[in-house]
Amino acid sequence: MNPNLLHQLYNLSPVALVGIAIFIFLRARQTPLWGEAFRRLARNPSARTAMAVIGIYATIGLADSVGWYDAATQERRTVIDAIFERKPERTYSAPLAEMTTGEAKPQKIREKHILGTDSIGADVFYRTLKGVRTAFQIGGMTVLIVTPLALLLGLTAGYYGKWRDDVITYIYTVLSSVPGILLQIAMVLVLGKGIIQICLALGITRWVGLCRMVRGETIKHREREYVRSAKALGVTDMVILVRHILPNLLPVVIISTTLGFSNLVLSEAILSYLGVGVPDNVGSWGNMIDAARDELARDPVIWWNLTAATGAITGLALSLNLFGDALRDAVDPRLRS
Amino acid sequence: MEKLLQVDDLRTWFRTSRGIVKAVDGVSFDVAPGKTRAIVGESGCGKSITALSILQLVPEPAGYIESGKIHFGGEDILERSWTDMRGLRGREIAMIFQEPMTSLNPTRTIGWQLSEAMTVHGKDAPVARTRALELLERVGLRDPNAALRQYPHELSGGMRQRVMIAIALANRPKLLIADEPTTALDVTVQAQIMSLIKELQDELGMAMLLITHDLGIVSEVAHDVSVMYAGQVVEAAPTRDLFHDPRHPYTQGLFASLPARNRRGQDLMTLDGIVPDAANWPTGCRFAERCVHKMDACSTAPQLRVSASGRQVRCHLPSALEVTK
Amino acid sequence: MLRFVLRRLLQAIPTLLGVLTLTWFLFFGTASAESIARRNLSSKDPTPAQVQGWIKEHGYDQPPVVQLRKATVDMLMFKFGKSDATKEDIWERIRQGAGPSIMVSSTIFIGTVLGAVLVAVLAAAFRGTYIDKTTTILCVIMMSVVYTVYVIGGQYFLSKQLRYGPIWGFDPASGLFKYILVPSAIGFAAGIATEIRLYRTFLLDEISQDYVRTARAKGVSETRILAQHVLKNALIPIITNTVAVIPGLILGGLLLENFFGIPGLGSYLFEALGSNDFSVVRAMVFLGTLLYIFGLIMTDIAYAIVDPRVRID
Repeated sequence: MNPNLLHQLYNLSPVALVGIAIFIFLRARQTPLWGEAFRRLARNPSARTAMAVIGIYATIGLADSVGWYDAATQERRTVIDAIFERKPERTYSAPLAEMTTGEAKPQKIREKHILGTDSIGADVFYRTLKGVRTAFQIGGMTVLIVTPLALLLGLTAGYYGKWRDDVITYIYTVLSSVPGILLQIAMVLVLGKGIIQICLALGITRWVGLCRMVRGETIKHREREYVRSAKALGVTDMVILVRHILPNLLPVVIISTTLGFSNLVLSEAILSYLGVGVPDNVGSWGNMIDAARDELARDPVIWWNLTAATGAITGLALSLNLFGDALRDAVDPRLRS
Repeated sequence: MEKLLQVDDLRTWFRTSRGIVKAVDGVSFDVAPGKTRAIVGESGCGKSITALSILQLVPEPAGYIESGKIHFGGEDILERSWTDMRGLRGREIAMIFQEPMTSLNPTRTIGWQLSEAMTVHGKDAPVARTRALELLERVGLRDPNAALRQYPHELSGGMRQRVMIAIALANRPKLLIADEPTTALDVTVQAQIMSLIKELQDELGMAMLLITHDLGIVSEVAHDVSVMYAGQVVEAAPTRDLFHDPRHPYTQGLFASLPARNRRGQDLMTLDGIVPDAANWPTGCRFAERCVHKMDACSTAPQLRVSASGRQVRCHLPSALEVTK
Repeated sequence: MLRFVLRRLLQAIPTLLGVLTLTWFLFFGTASAESIARRNLSSKDPTPAQVQGWIKEHGYDQPPVVQLRKATVDMLMFKFGKSDATKEDIWERIRQGAGPSIMVSSTIFIGTVLGAVLVAVLAAAFRGTYIDKTTTILCVIMMSVVYTVYVIGGQYFLSKQLRYGPIWGFDPASGLFKYILVPSAIGFAAGIATEIRLYRTFLLDEISQDYVRTARAKGVSETRILAQHVLKNALIPIITNTVAVIPGLILGGLLLENFFGIPGLGSYLFEALGSNDFSVVRAMVFLGTLLYIFGLIMTDIAYAIVDPRVRID
């Protein structure tokens, strides 16, 4: 696989992700199951808030994906850069402070920093915003790689059974037997540190869970009457899979992806702490948390880096979790009273 | 004669996303001591919810009793709080359900569940244990001793229902509410269970409220019948009178569509149309759309009229309440 | 019973083989034996002879299939050999590290399960009320916080600020409790939210079953229903869910041990990964897989014990 192509895909993945999500939403709205579910969702206040927050994050991520080549700095500048980038200070400074901290001779601040600055003087708020795109890139790229693969293999295993099922089940049994974090760390260590490798590492653990679920659902549906009657009518397997079984899998896949996305974001942060995450020059929340360990040991304590990153991650993960739960409750025909 | 149970204008409604579903919408009937009243109707007419309402076991929080009175033992038991009802449940009024498969706790032995029915109402554990054995024998289990230590999944459907009966009758209730007790059982077992219930009823002098859609059972066991349709009672009469001479068009349709009543070679008679949407009862007679005798008057809801002989019919047809003979 | 366990273990052998192959491939598929040798040799610029010598010594010059066969046999007999990086005996180190790991992780485990059951029962008893709703929201929030933040923040507040325990170290002689306290509290806080939500779902599933309606019709009180009926049935999925992780407790938590300097298997693995120590990683991965499979077997056994409808064939 051409690495450049992969990198292009990686850069565009937030756009691709949002695009696909909107497409699915518009098409699904027309079906009775989803239309009813969305209406129920719209009435749920916490779901609305969660959706709005996700929307804000997505907008920031998209804004950061739109950029142009700035001749002055010889670099790419995005919309976020244009609005939020601040001149760097010398070193740390507290939110809205006037002087730098943590050095022998504190200097006066050149610009206002809402959330302070970090060790190299970069604006923390700006760094936090840049982290949104990274999170969406990693999450988006992983989802884009994993979901089609899991669907393909899960459907094959569940529908055709026999040796195909045995092989695929064996593969994911072996993969799931290795403790998750272990597999991820080992993969990144041997594949090298890089964005794509991280996505592969995160993707493997995610793939196992999704493939298993798709396979289970496919088996369940394979035995249903409507599939048997379609087969009896002579409908080809491919058509059955795509037009009958696949749409019935979509609810669980979408819900699983929404909830899984938050896990991906959280896992990226952990990997970055362990030193196998995103390279330092790329803004990521994981890197910010990684730096926090030393920062908390300093005197005076540098707390704003950690707080900003944690707030950003928790906000996104929480909204995804709330939205995913609400979506599951809305789609689930067995209404829990 | 003093009625054991008198239900007056019961309304049990459900809050749903489609609006308020008036599952039971003004139902009245009574049960005489030692006698059996059957409530018949098709699925969705509200008969099960009526039964559950008596013991305040309506599924919450969606379901609630909107209004009505239920007289039992000299008081309106709907006034009782949910916890106060516990004194009645399983003691004065007992209930058995339709699905013996799932109505018993799968992780507790038969003996444990049977004893519990007695110990929660004050009996000592040893007394309960002895009585449990007696009860299991009385309901016809072949090996009561073994059954005490067995789990529900080790018994057949018929045996499980016998256990349910034993549990219900453990404290000699005055009234047994049986919600489709044989519907989920094999045909051969159905007859056995029904005759067992009848036997025990006679032995204990117990009254019974039998919910069913099976007219055959009604004819064998019930003294009085109430026919329900779309949340209301549309006809009520002593069993013999009802079977001999049904007055409401719906009841007539029910009897006419019985296979036994149809001639060989002819199409089975059926009722046209379907039950109206429970979230949106029609303003007039709820059966009008399917009624062969439909008239202009049917656009107003008919009231339940009582004849001199005590028969009740909810219909505008003059012939409905004619006195025959 | 014994036959059952043996049969499952035999069925697990292909999986173990697969895991060993995967581990080997992850290491040698992308990095050559030479580069690993160079990394591990102490001299800065080793001669080709030294490199070859190291490779031969560790058996990495054999064809892959031979390596795999030897490794499998060795692993199955628990002959883990010596560490590539430090040359110490792996099995010995594992035996030493198991103790501290178990002490911390079992404390977390017991605390989490008991605490989660308690909270879940309360939430189920008061379902629909503010107590329940607040608990759910709190759980979702807690689940949305990154694990590393729990560790970093916990270490900062509990150890540094409030001084409930030392920031670093593990010396049982001077009082085991204080070394376990803070890491356990952190592990507890990080993991309990998921368990609470899970157990609550199990409990609510049981409450909506028919046998609960029968119990109510018998006149049983809600409290007794919850304690004697619902809980007993919900314990089936609860127990079978939790039992699976018990064997894995030996491995300890990677991050937690690394942060607090607990000399357990978690930090051992962490070091090995950092220094590209293949033989240690291979041994630990094998061990981890074996324990995972034990966990699966224990789950099946637990099912048979707890659910009267299930019996081992």
